[in-house]
Amino acid sequence: MAKVIVVTSGKGGVGKTTTSASFSSGLALRGNRTVVIDFDVGLRNLDLIMGCERRVVFDIVNVIHGEAALSRALIKDKHCDNLFVLPASQTRDKEALTLDGVQRIIDELKESFDYIVCDSPAGIEHGAYSAMYFADEALVVTNPEVSSVRDSDRILGILAAKSRRAVEGREPVKEHLLVTRYNPTRVAAGEMLSVDDIQEILRIPLLGVIPESEAVLQASNAGTPAIHLEKSDVAEAYKDVVARFMGEDVPMRFVTAEKVGLFKRLFGGR
Amino acid sequence: MSLIDSLLAYLRGDEKKTAAVAKERLQIILAHERAGRGADAPDYLPALQEELLQVIAKYIHIDRDMIKVQLEKHGDYEVLELNVTLPERPRA
Repeated sequence: MAKVIVVTSGKGGVGKTTTSASFSSGLALRGNRTVVIDFDVGLRNLDLIMGCERRVVFDIVNVIHGEAALSRALIKDKHCDNLFVLPASQTRDKEALTLDGVQRIIDELKESFDYIVCDSPAGIEHGAYSAMYFADEALVVTNPEVSSVRDSDRILGILAAKSRRAVEGREPVKEHLLVTRYNPTRVAAGEMLSVDDIQEILRIPLLGVIPESEAVLQASNAGTPAIHLEKSDVAEAYKDVVARFMGEDVPMRFVTAEKVGLFKRLFGGR
Repeated sequence: MSLIDSLLAYLRGDEKKTAAVAKERLQIILAHERAGRGADAPDYLPALQEELLQVIAKYIHIDRDMIKVQLEKHGDYEVLELNVTLPERPRA
């Protein structure tokens, strides 16, 4: 049975699209037939992060309006065989995403894919609502920062009250916490909320921690999902996240500060 | 704060780290926001608040907004918090 996963956060700029790109790539690298959908109508960016922006012909709104078949709007990813991208429309307004239309698309995708990853826009407006409505599971992306944690809590409330599973009184959406832009050195110095603090406040199971890294900008510059960057801590962290999501028992990495030697402390360097 | 002051504060260990401040602030605001959310607040709370108000009003003169009833979750157990602000007694 296909699973629908929403990548959500409430707050913008915390790493939803970065996560959607790497998480869906990771699922596909493990042989799962995967599709990732951009729900940010009007401000689409998943295509840029995936590096397929010049191959966009039709988008999700074209499919909802019956102007293109779903199969013609899907773009095959250039890095993974089992991965497809369904881009958002750049010109229409958000109201074009009707729940009816989205449901038809998701039902059709369920016939040929194992995982359907929905990249939510920021906010709690219509776009975010339609991205999370059909979700079976949710990746709640949170930065170790007060406004992000508060917004994540708000999103968790909405998932628990307004998702289809909640409305129909079925088993609730399975929630996963993903802490991104984590800096263990600042946590050790007492300057940043720790992953334990965030988990204690939000009270949902931790799926993974992605370290703050310069590699993320390099990945987006190149249009390559960060999970493909060889030997980067971000890629390793995302691979761990996917492994845990698939049920493997993988220890948390990148959560403790590296010890800085005396030489380095005296003479600087990073 | 001068350098010496902050050094003294550091030596005394009474300077609070900002992460701890952040955690405390979040816990307070989220407890408040969650209490106001439909799913978490049981529907008897408003009625309970009303009846408590009537009982207390028999003995003390208080306003409606001076009593707060809140249900908070702390891990496995729930805490029913009753907060009554008494009016200031006029000085004799």
